[in-house]
Amino acid sequence: MSTTIAPPQPLPASVIEQSRSEVKRGKWWTYIPLALLALSFMLPLLFMLSSSLKPRDQILSDLTSWKAFLPVGDLSLDNFTAMFNRVPAGRFMLNSIIITTLVVVLGLLVNSMAGFALARLRFRGRTVLLSAIIATLIVPFETYAIPMVYWVNRLPRIVLYSDGFAIEQGWSNSYEVLIIPFIASAFSIFLFTQAYKSVPREIDEAARLDGASWFRVYRSVVSPLIKPTFATAAILTFLPQWNSYLWPLLVVQKEEMRPVQVGMRYFFASGTAEGTPWGQIMAYTSLITVPVIIVFVIFQKQFISSIASSGVKG
Amino acid sequence: MSTTQAAPAAPEEAAPLPMRRSRLHNNERRAGIGFTAPAVLLIVVFLVIPVLLSFALGFTNARMGSMENPGFTGLTNFVRALTKDPTFWDALRNIAIFVLVVVPLQGGLGLVLALLVNQKIRGITTFRVVFFMPVVTSMVVVSMLWKFMYQKDGLINAITGLNVDWLNETHTALPAVIVMSVWQGVGFQMILWLSGLQSINHDLYEAASLDGAGRWQQFRNVTMPGLRPTFVFIFITITISAFSLFTQIDVMTNGGPSNATTTLVYHIIQMGSSRGDVGYGSALSLIFFVIVLAVTLLQRFLTREED
Repeated sequence: MSTTIAPPQPLPASVIEQSRSEVKRGKWWTYIPLALLALSFMLPLLFMLSSSLKPRDQILSDLTSWKAFLPVGDLSLDNFTAMFNRVPAGRFMLNSIIITTLVVVLGLLVNSMAGFALARLRFRGRTVLLSAIIATLIVPFETYAIPMVYWVNRLPRIVLYSDGFAIEQGWSNSYEVLIIPFIASAFSIFLFTQAYKSVPREIDEAARLDGASWFRVYRSVVSPLIKPTFATAAILTFLPQWNSYLWPLLVVQKEEMRPVQVGMRYFFASGTAEGTPWGQIMAYTSLITVPVIIVFVIFQKQFISSIASSGVKG
Repeated sequence: MSTTQAAPAAPEEAAPLPMRRSRLHNNERRAGIGFTAPAVLLIVVFLVIPVLLSFALGFTNARMGSMENPGFTGLTNFVRALTKDPTFWDALRNIAIFVLVVVPLQGGLGLVLALLVNQKIRGITTFRVVFFMPVVTSMVVVSMLWKFMYQKDGLINAITGLNVDWLNETHTALPAVIVMSVWQGVGFQMILWLSGLQSINHDLYEAASLDGAGRWQQFRNVTMPGLRPTFVFIFITITISAFSLFTQIDVMTNGGPSNATTTLVYHIIQMGSSRGDVGYGSALSLIFFVIVLAVTLLQRFLTREED
């Protein structure tokens, strides 16, 4: 993998946005294929949002016309109210927020420190270590998910009580099991290593001679120079973490520990007398998707350049 | 390792500078080990050990809930997969079809989208954002949404005028999953192709056009060779993620109707988790890993040969 994934370099600015002077007013016909495609990418999402606001009968009767994609007719937040009554959606959201935040924050710390050391500190085995870390990138998570469940069910876990603590066996149904395995990321370490390599070494020496500790060099001197890499690593961690499904499905049985994507299973077999509650389902999917879409639209430049830098060739 | 040990090692008569350097080096070594330790420890515990375990457990009868030590069963699990488990072969066939269709389709469409959004025209950023939106949306949500649209009285039939129960008929279920998967992931490939397109030196196009090359010739002789590294990267990543197909199946079809959409990972999870048969699940995981590794190496070998 080492040759196929290349260093994240400063991208050509145009991947994200062109400078204004270069932008041409396109001929009207160049917009036709773009607009048609854009429509096909937007419609399912518009359908989801519109349906979440409509009563069940109207959702079904609107299916045959353009009204399916538009918030028209008898609109209300009833689906949301009913959905919150049926599903502990607030708890699921809170779980996902806690898990995602901790994985991102701890991941940035652990992976950037490793990247700093691998790029800038001379110690034995450093090249071998970097190659070994990069080699793990070809192993898909799905290939070791089952042994991993077996393994974490056997790990000791410290449980705190009000009057002390106990050591129990097995990590299932805990925040630990949803957070700790995902903190270290070979790909983030690789991104950080490349970024730290791009900063001149002389800076370290100067700071060291001034008496700064290595941690201080890492934290206050070099890391501020590669802030964009921190943003990239944060985005590339945040998205899969918020959207993660397989792992929590395997290790969480308790309802109150579910993150949002697994919370979706609440609706899998939930037919009522009137059939599947599609309005409520669309309310739930909107609830867990709209915040991410808003974050994406605000930070779209960073999102798109972070994805692009994961594949830029050196 | 520590500075106190290192100091006497430096010769008495040495100049102060080398001595200080060696102390600095020791310090650097310790910092290097300290800085990498948390990441290395986590990778060992949550990646290396589980991967090694899958090698070991594949040859045992380990069970999920059981606290007893698993017993060694030799090749039993592998023989079972190859000779006594028709679902395994169905899963293999389905995943082969999925990979063979999705990889070229998604990669190709991604390139078309990238070429379209690589124009310097007003509002192009908006189109890039829109095409990328399904990638941001989780696969669980997208699957649920399309499940609704694929219903017999759903949106797809309403728009096309057909009357097909897409996810419940053996010959339409897998194609339906394929269409949805391509739609969800193509924006990701678009961005990768786009950054590849923009890393091509612009002077090459000017030189080509001075030599009288038309648009097609420019694409053929400048763009395509320039995209080679991107091509390799994209095809390896799509292939691996296509092999790992799971979420769509779990949400939309549960592998049905009559195994028409079951996949290797879905089967692994069913056996290893739902049925608690860790030994067999691990054996299947090992087979899966070997397939992914073989395909990756083959792809890299083939794309390298042409250089």
